[in-house]
Amino acid sequence: MEKLEVLHNNNKINARVRKNSIWKSIFFLSTLFGLVVLVVLITRVLFQGLSWIDMDFITGRLSTNADIAGIMGAILGTVWVMLVVIPVTLIIGVGSAIYLELYSKKGIIQSFIETNISNLAGVPSIVYGLLGLTVFVRLMDFGNVVLAGGLTLALLVLPILIVSAQEALRAVPGHLPEASYGMGATKWQTIRRIILPAAIPSILTGSILSLSRAIGETAPLTVLGIPALLIPFPNGIFDTFTALPMQIYYWTIDASLVAEYANLAAATIIVLLLILFILNSVAIFIRNKYQQRY
Amino acid sequence: MATNSESNLNSAVNVSELIAQNKKKKSINNYMEKLVPTILFLLASITVLTTIGILYTLISQAVHFFMEVPILDFFTGTELKPLSQNPEFGILPLLNGTIISSLVAILVAGPIGIMSAIYLSEYASDRVRRILKPLLEVLAGIPTIVYGFFAFTFVTPLIRSIWPQVEATNILSPGIVMGVMIIPMIASLSEDAMTSVPNGMREGSLAMGTTKLETTIKVVIPAAFSGIMASFVLAISRAIGETMIVTIASGSSKNFTFDLTQSMQTMTAYIVEVSGGEAPAGSTLHYSLYAVALTLFVFTMIMNLLAKYISRKFREEY
Repeated sequence: MEKLEVLHNNNKINARVRKNSIWKSIFFLSTLFGLVVLVVLITRVLFQGLSWIDMDFITGRLSTNADIAGIMGAILGTVWVMLVVIPVTLIIGVGSAIYLELYSKKGIIQSFIETNISNLAGVPSIVYGLLGLTVFVRLMDFGNVVLAGGLTLALLVLPILIVSAQEALRAVPGHLPEASYGMGATKWQTIRRIILPAAIPSILTGSILSLSRAIGETAPLTVLGIPALLIPFPNGIFDTFTALPMQIYYWTIDASLVAEYANLAAATIIVLLLILFILNSVAIFIRNKYQQRY
Repeated sequence: MATNSESNLNSAVNVSELIAQNKKKKSINNYMEKLVPTILFLLASITVLTTIGILYTLISQAVHFFMEVPILDFFTGTELKPLSQNPEFGILPLLNGTIISSLVAILVAGPIGIMSAIYLSEYASDRVRRILKPLLEVLAGIPTIVYGFFAFTFVTPLIRSIWPQVEATNILSPGIVMGVMIIPMIASLSEDAMTSVPNGMREGSLAMGTTKLETTIKVVIPAAFSGIMASFVLAISRAIGETMIVTIASGSSKNFTFDLTQSMQTMTAYIVEVSGGEAPAGSTLHYSLYAVALTLFVFTMIMNLLAKYISRKFREEY
């Protein structure tokens, strides 16, 4: 009788243990699911677009003829937009972070601004497009030029940059500024000479990541009415432009008209992903190389 | 000696100058000490201006729309025919498309995301986690336009080869791809919530003779429940606001239907269509853009606040 019960119990335990290991495999496979999709996506894009990439494609002008179409205009457009986004987000973002972390007193104003920033981070990017269209393109009458696109994207990625810069400043250990104050330095001197230099690697990492977010954004640009075909190369911030994501967008939706456009879209995706990959590697490199332990 | 005394003499002469210089430096410093915080405050207030700008833009333009289309008709109308002779502006077809695509996305991302989170926080060794987690986060860094391309040129044809009734543009394929896009969000946030459950609770449960699975389901998940819920709500909000995947792959038919195989339009895709088209400024069509965007904004805002509320209100303190 007792022996039977032990046997019965053993069976029960074995069943529970087996259930555990079965579910463990299911959990593991779920984790792999996303990665499998990632691999399929990348091989698919490479397979479709890689043979279309050559120097002529990179340096060529846009064209409705798929055989000679190139993306130099879109690359230059992306570069010009970044030349607007980088200084604007860096100055506003790092400035705001310094104010919030080091100057503002804990209170209503600070918590109001911080709540506001975290809310802004959740606003859909297309709404920023409408803001840009109404304020920069129409109200300030820039037209759909580099400046309008750059400012719109800058506002879009600003919350991300502020939060990461705040974290970077917070990570600077307290004894550094204290030593500086002890030497008789003023607050701004301490920030400029001690705290900022110590935080710069992390700030750079955050900036590059938010920058790569701006490079990949499409929705706000479609709302701004950024064209994708047959415009001259941009030469400054008041020129009309197109950008890599816009090019992918137009070639994808027009692929039903001209089948080769799908391949051009894939080729452009490869270029875009390559740029993002390089930027991310740089960010990781900076983080690993300059990450100081105090 | 001579040079020394000379320099002494010189410095003695210059002391008053030095003091003056120092005073000047100090006053510049004092000036900077007051100026810098003011400038930085102005920079920080740009984010507040952005919010005001968004609200002002959406509301001031949407008001024009609601003067021409009654608010009740807008929210209860099942017909959206902005370009016809007698245009009708009911938002229900768009709400329908938005909600259905987000539901598909969360049905894909919810189970997979939470199971990934369980694996990463409960089962995976440190080494495996350090490899898998950043790889998973690559998914979140891929531009949505790339996902749109993938949905349209790969996932839709794949679905159609299995299920031929599915239209060339449909709501199912972008829903699934959006789900893939938000997997890392759910996985990462849920994993954070589960990792922050103290080990003592796990060990107590395991010491009672439970298996890891039982501990996870009966102890860890209930303890991390608020964090997991918050991650779901945030992910849904992200799906509601997502634009390029649905613009490319779900078409522009303003169908009011629940049939996943059909083409539907979401709020975001409508905004792209109308703003990219030839809506003359000042027309009802043009203003409808802002009414839809305002609805979208309110929707996502509510979801974001809800997520914050859930994770704050129901956070278990250990």
